[in-house]
Amino acid sequence: MTKRSSSTILSCLFWGSGQFFIGKQKAKGLLFFVAQILLFGIELISGYWFNFFAGQIPDFQIRLHGGYFTRGIWGLFTLGTVPGEDHSTYLMINGIMSLIFLIIFLGIYIWNIVDAYSTGKAIDDTHTYLSSRAYGKKSYQKMFPYLVLTPILFVVLYIVVMPIIFSVLTAFTNYNVNHLPPANLVKWVGLDNFSKLISIPIWSQTFLIVLAWTVIWAFLATFSTYFLGLFQALLINSKCVKHKSFFRSIYILPWAIPGMISLLMFRNLFNGQFSPLNQLLLDCGLIHSRIPFLSEAFSAKITIVAVNLWIGFPMFMVMLLGVLANQDPTLYEAAEIDGASKFQIFRRIKLPLLMKATAPLVVMNFVGNFNGFGFIYFLTNGGPNNSSLQFAGDTDILISWIYKLTLDQNMYNMAAVLNILIFILVGVASYWNLKNTTAIKEM
Amino acid sequence: MKKRINSFLVHLELIVVALFVLIPIIWIVMSSFNPGDSLASSSLIPKRFTLDNYIRLFKETNYLVWFKNSFLIAALNAIVSVVLIMITAWIVSRFNFRGRRSGLIGLLLLSMFPNFLSMTALYTLYLTMGLLNHPLALVIIYAAGAIPYNVWLVKGYLDGISKEIDEAAYIDGCSYFSTFFRIILPMSKPIITYCAVSQFMLPWMDFIMPSMLLSTDNDNTTVAIGLYNMIAGKENDKFTMFAAGAILIAVPITILFIVFQKYLVQGVAAGANKG
Repeated sequence: MTKRSSSTILSCLFWGSGQFFIGKQKAKGLLFFVAQILLFGIELISGYWFNFFAGQIPDFQIRLHGGYFTRGIWGLFTLGTVPGEDHSTYLMINGIMSLIFLIIFLGIYIWNIVDAYSTGKAIDDTHTYLSSRAYGKKSYQKMFPYLVLTPILFVVLYIVVMPIIFSVLTAFTNYNVNHLPPANLVKWVGLDNFSKLISIPIWSQTFLIVLAWTVIWAFLATFSTYFLGLFQALLINSKCVKHKSFFRSIYILPWAIPGMISLLMFRNLFNGQFSPLNQLLLDCGLIHSRIPFLSEAFSAKITIVAVNLWIGFPMFMVMLLGVLANQDPTLYEAAEIDGASKFQIFRRIKLPLLMKATAPLVVMNFVGNFNGFGFIYFLTNGGPNNSSLQFAGDTDILISWIYKLTLDQNMYNMAAVLNILIFILVGVASYWNLKNTTAIKEM
Repeated sequence: MKKRINSFLVHLELIVVALFVLIPIIWIVMSSFNPGDSLASSSLIPKRFTLDNYIRLFKETNYLVWFKNSFLIAALNAIVSVVLIMITAWIVSRFNFRGRRSGLIGLLLLSMFPNFLSMTALYTLYLTMGLLNHPLALVIIYAAGAIPYNVWLVKGYLDGISKEIDEAAYIDGCSYFSTFFRIILPMSKPIITYCAVSQFMLPWMDFIMPSMLLSTDNDNTTVAIGLYNMIAGKENDKFTMFAAGAILIAVPITILFIVFQKYLVQGVAAGANKG
């Protein structure tokens, strides 16, 4: 029997044993074996397997007596079987994590087998034994990234990845106000929630209306700020303006002030009943009754876009000023010599260059506005309420609707469905934005 | 003559926009010095200036405790995030290892997922781990959540630093980590500044995470929640106090922004192009 096959077979059964006995790489073999001990140790100790093998548990149930991994997988598949005792969401979270860990262990196992094979093969071919130390030296360079990244990977897995998987999976359950653990069990329902969103009129109507407003809002918000920013940047940059930095530092203020403070400030400034702005307009005789800035659907939408304009234009202005400062003046001089008028230079050369330089920023800003929770929540709370919409107000965008569905209505499953849809929309936009950038190509 | 009219019109426009920018700010600043407590009674130019609102803010609310909570979260978050981001970005920029490409694409996907949508799972997770109502526990979420986006950003920056410099250091006998600390970190000061400042500013005004994970009782909450609660109710008898609290928090953050604006602007530009 060749060393490679005996080493592989040994390592299939006992991790690292091929390396240990055949390859004479004791330390490496032991490390693989420790991984196996960990996997089985955690499972055996966290469950009641020893009692089971000793015959002390006649009616063995994974629900009660399984270890971390078996119980985790059981929980993920069933989401609990005894109402009031099994907590479906805990089971789901534990299930996701144990599944992730199992996949990691599976990776180590496969690596162990592949390594056992290549160690055996090296001995067959060269008839020399590579010591663990030499191997370690050789592979330190290869292993270093993994060693450093592993702890960070665990943090990201727990805090970022697991919640996302949880939220995606929730879309396929009936986790809502009628099925709140621990009193009730959550069940897998397949694509029911998706078909509910499509087939039940109030859901599909609300979805379409909210989606339409979300898109309109994101467009208006992005382009209004972009063009005001562009306009101000060009004006500040024009030759006749002496105090460029004076104006620049005033205009930058709305960007510098924390957004939430500005939004709450405007919410009060535009308050329908007590609004000082309304009072001022009334006193001047410009209006005869108070304007419902935030309490009537259409005017609220306009107010939100206007407030966003105030908050958002400085960012584009500063960015465009930066681009303008780095532009090559000879380009415009050449155009002038060729007889282009000022307007032509602007229209044909300057504007396209500026647009090109800021296009990724515009897409990023669009995505940001698409998910611009703060603008809606702090200004109107999504209101005014609209009874023909399912738990949404007139100014609600998708993300604030999701927030309401989650926190006010406990409709986690429907929120999760919308969540997935947002992710697809945002993902497509961002992919399209980034696919041609050097960062992706040179990755 | 035409030039002068032009110049006049340009300046007129600039001044009008400047007024639009400044008037709301002046209004909120003046409100905080206004006698009386309601929105209706606060005028653009107060009849007399008073510090009552600030005094009431400290006497009647737990503003100092909220401020302390927010500050600790922000400071710790800046440190933890920078450490995690720099190490991860350094590894993916400098080492070629199996899984690197898929890992980077994975991070890109994660950075597109609006992070607060995972709040239900985080709530349950914090509940099981007993971390609810611990303000500092929020740092874990902020710092881990900062990784996907910022690692791409910093990786782009580090890719711009020549690898020959590291190789020279290795030849001179530096280990990986000493190269990282002595060569890479000093050379990436601008991007570190960006990460630290933006991560420091983020928690001050984050609303969703503290409102989910901290109880509204006065000792464990943050400035953002405290301020929001002052004006969330229907009765608006705390508006001027809110104005005072808002000013106290907005002034330092605005100054911080202005001081570091060079780095912040670079960071935003790089973020859009992913380096």
